[in-house]
Amino acid sequence: MLLSAFWFFATLTIAFGISVILLRNPVSCAMSLAMCFISLAALFITLDATLIGIMQILVYAGAVMVLFLFIIMLLDLRTEKSRRLNFGTTLGGVLVIAAFLSMLTQIVLSNPQFAQTIPTLALPTPDNVKMIGMTLFHSYALPFEAIGVLLLSATVGVIVLSRRTLR
Amino acid sequence: MPTLANYLLASGILFAVGLGGVMLRRSIIIIFMSLEIMLNAANLALIAFSRYGLVSGHQVFDAQILVFFIITVAAAEVAVGLAIIVSLYRARQTTHVEDLDTLKF
Repeated sequence: MLLSAFWFFATLTIAFGISVILLRNPVSCAMSLAMCFISLAALFITLDATLIGIMQILVYAGAVMVLFLFIIMLLDLRTEKSRRLNFGTTLGGVLVIAAFLSMLTQIVLSNPQFAQTIPTLALPTPDNVKMIGMTLFHSYALPFEAIGVLLLSATVGVIVLSRRTLR
Repeated sequence: MPTLANYLLASGILFAVGLGGVMLRRSIIIIFMSLEIMLNAANLALIAFSRYGLVSGHQVFDAQILVFFIITVAAAEVAVGLAIIVSLYRARQTTHVEDLDTLKF
């Protein structure tokens, strides 16, 4: 059951990820990216990270994708005219990706520690939200405050950047 | 039951897809979307380690807190990045990276 859910959503995530980089129309790319994030959220939920999965849908598939679509429509981006690919950069990119994938496969498949199946939890129904809240506000209270300041400065930065004339 | 290697490979392939988008695409918006894919691939690896690495049968939530922070920082990054793209478009009327080569040596 969990295995078939994993294969289904992993295939969906990677297929929509590939369609993001292959489609020419920016709006189709943005919609594929939204589907990619939603199936990734389903993968998080198969790993018992319910809160993170829901946050993924709310923040990424909701807020971030709306922002992307808004910018695409604001700039009125059309389908890209296909230009000739620079042969050197294409070859370099494909080589780097192939080297990365072969190294990763070698490391992941060679280590027996990575071959373990999902371990059962001592508590049958872990209260995910409660435990994340406890950890966040006990051990990570200061980073939590810092992230608030970061969001505030990002908001101010966006307002400064989007003024008509920069002074 | 899926193994940890399954999740790590899925995360690695997703990262490679994002890396390919950054290196092969020429539209700045699509490059930005590929960056988001790479961030999310890292999140998947973190969540997988958080579920598989149990301490005496109990889950440790530190990795999920890190993912929470990554999602927050990514949201701020998207807002600032898109504002930069909009002001770049106002100045140059293009989102094609090969037309934005003023800083190129």
